[in-house]
Amino acid sequence: MAQIAEHYTEYHPRWLRPHISTYWWLRKRSYFAFILREITSLFVAWSAVFLLLIVDAVRGGPAEYGAFLDWARQPWVIAVNAGSLLLVGFHAVTWFNLAPQALVVRLGHTHVPGSLISASNYAAWVVVSVIVGWILIGYGPQR
Amino acid sequence: MIKRSAEPLLWMLFSAGGVVAALVLPMLLFLFGVAFPLGWLTPPPVTHLAAVIGHPFTRLTLIIVCTLSFFHAAHRFRYTLYDGLQIKHLNEVIALLCYGSAIVGSAASAYLLVTF
Repeated sequence: MAQIAEHYTEYHPRWLRPHISTYWWLRKRSYFAFILREITSLFVAWSAVFLLLIVDAVRGGPAEYGAFLDWARQPWVIAVNAGSLLLVGFHAVTWFNLAPQALVVRLGHTHVPGSLISASNYAAWVVVSVIVGWILIGYGPQR
Repeated sequence: MIKRSAEPLLWMLFSAGGVVAALVLPMLLFLFGVAFPLGWLTPPPVTHLAAVIGHPFTRLTLIIVCTLSFFHAAHRFRYTLYDGLQIKHLNEVIALLCYGSAIVGSAASAYLLVTF
């Protein structure tokens, strides 16, 4: 390609192919936020794996569950999970904020405003989180 | 390899997975990844968790959550590699690796939860 470009003749079309750096996303805050949002995928995947590790530990009985809790208490595991929580949270916020663009709801002749669609998503988030928390720790006295 | 006709389905899985992951995963991560390990809250006893996971509804929910999350992640990561690193020439290899991992993860979650 480069060689062809060097043999420039009068009627040869010039290449107009701006080079984009691999690190283009470091140039602007909004670009960086975009890549950060994209990277949340890895942490969503890790969260699902972590969920399966919990299930597997519970399946193994008290000893294996205890070993799992010990493993999860290691500083590096806490660091990975805390980072994952931040990024999965970032995914959730960006996802709910974009929901109005993806989902247009009509009631009769009027469109439901986007803010209401976002708000209903956040409300669902709260409801689901409360249910999950209640199932896991709000079960009352030791059974 | 990946036919064009598969794209709508993949985008649908991406969307559904995005919703499910956003709704369910943060609370689970907060509890098991941060609050229990740091001693902020007492983790539930194994008998309680076994009873919760033993319920068919929980198992079905967890299979759906894991499967959709894996496909969401695979699809988004595939496009991150395209846009971020501009490696379009490895198109098919990347797609195969991403969706292949999602299929393996989904199969593992189905196996774990069906045989729980």
